[in-house]
Amino acid sequence: MGGSTWEQLIDAMARTCEGCSRKNADAVQDRDANPSSPVIAAFKVFQQELDTRHDKYERLVKISRDVTIESKRTIFLLHRVTNVPDPEDILNEADGKLDGVRQKIGQIAEELRGEDIHQFHRAFTPGIQEYVEAVSFLHYIRHRGLISLEEINARLVFMRTEKVDPKGSAEALQPGAQVLTFQVTPSDYLLGVADLTGELMRMCISSVGNGDIDTPFQLSQFLRQIHDGFSYIGNTGPYEVSKKLHTLRQSLGKVEDACYTLRVRGSEIPKHMLADVFSSRTTLIDPEEGVHGQQL
Amino acid sequence: DIRKVVQTLEQTAREILTVLQSVHQPSGFKEIPSKCVRARELFCTVRTQIADLKTKFPVEQYYRFHEHWRFVLQRLAFLAAFVVYLETETLVIREEVAQILGIEVVREKGFHLDVEDYLAGVLIMASELSRLAVNSVTAGDYNRPLRISNFINELDSGFRLLNLKNDPLRKRYDGLKYDVKKIEEVVYDLSIRGLAKEPEPGVDK
Repeated sequence: MGGSTWEQLIDAMARTCEGCSRKNADAVQDRDANPSSPVIAAFKVFQQELDTRHDKYERLVKISRDVTIESKRTIFLLHRVTNVPDPEDILNEADGKLDGVRQKIGQIAEELRGEDIHQFHRAFTPGIQEYVEAVSFLHYIRHRGLISLEEINARLVFMRTEKVDPKGSAEALQPGAQVLTFQVTPSDYLLGVADLTGELMRMCISSVGNGDIDTPFQLSQFLRQIHDGFSYIGNTGPYEVSKKLHTLRQSLGKVEDACYTLRVRGSEIPKHMLADVFSSRTTLIDPEEGVHGQQL
Repeated sequence: DIRKVVQTLEQTAREILTVLQSVHQPSGFKEIPSKCVRARELFCTVRTQIADLKTKFPVEQYYRFHEHWRFVLQRLAFLAAFVVYLETETLVIREEVAQILGIEVVREKGFHLDVEDYLAGVLIMASELSRLAVNSVTAGDYNRPLRISNFINELDSGFRLLNLKNDPLRKRYDGLKYDVKKIEEVVYDLSIRGLAKEPEPGVDK
């Protein structure tokens, strides 16, 4: 090993580094200044495709959030029917709110026109579940029954006029009008109904607090039917159902306890004191239930 | 039902991979063309199996079941891209992958290759190529790594154009820079020892 080898190595390294940095500089220039490369051109197309897809997804997420918020507000509104003597006003107001929600769902349908809904399903499923919860809640209060999936989907039919119409007549419905539908999937329907049971449980507790001793028993029976239905599905449904089934069992338990208390103690306790019995008992059972903590 | 067909697809994909993996060995290195031919034969089987898969569900519900075959489809895209690279040293275009697999490119036309699955396949190939660069030096081919290097760098530029979200594709893309680095190191090792002449763009070779 002599100095010459060392020098040769240094030379080689210097040449290489020079070559490398030159190559890198060229490469950088190439990267920026080679738009005609077919690979780059292909990727520009991919960029557009992906961007368009992501933008649509984001739009759907935004609409879904609006749907969720408005549906939740409707549910809070509907809880007030236990307090008022005449619930019609509240029910009508709720109807109005849900009409607004349906408009939003129409926007979702618009975005999904021509698309595979399952590609974007995750974007709007929370909103749709919340809507199912709200609309089935309203339906129960009015009819003491469970709204069916068909009934829900029947209300989600939208008329859309063709935007590009050269004839330009001023009528609302032109011959080229389209019918746009949004179909809630059975899975979303199930999950929404599962959430409904939580609200029904709250309504049960609060109605007892108001001295209404019929509603709890009706609700108990209704919830039991829903629960049995979900048990039948068991683990065969979408996986979220199993979680909700667990919560449902807890809700049902609370409602059944409430009925039990009414049955055993209802005759002893004056109605106006029932509220106190339930507020203390139920806050023990579930400290998270802030809703009726406020109501009672 | 769908799962059964997907399993057969996975089996075929493994067979193709076995054929193509052998190019990493010095002996297999010389036989690249014949291996590509063999791989192409196996792709015929793939086409039949995919045709079968198409019949198992209504066409407009592609994305409902997409997760079932996403993995194997990405692998098949990778294998198709790899075969084409071995044959032509260019990047296979989406349409050609679709043709090799017997499927569409556009969703409206039927069972199609999602652009993200195509890109994932390309990224898997990039890792394979970084390995090939190393092994081709071992096998005595000192020029191939340089060509691979140019190819991968161009791929990297392409991927930089994309606005990716924080999804699996993004994570896979993050692996690309390690492939780029590895190949650059191979090239550096060769140049410093004077083992390879750098091909001038378009002039030499």
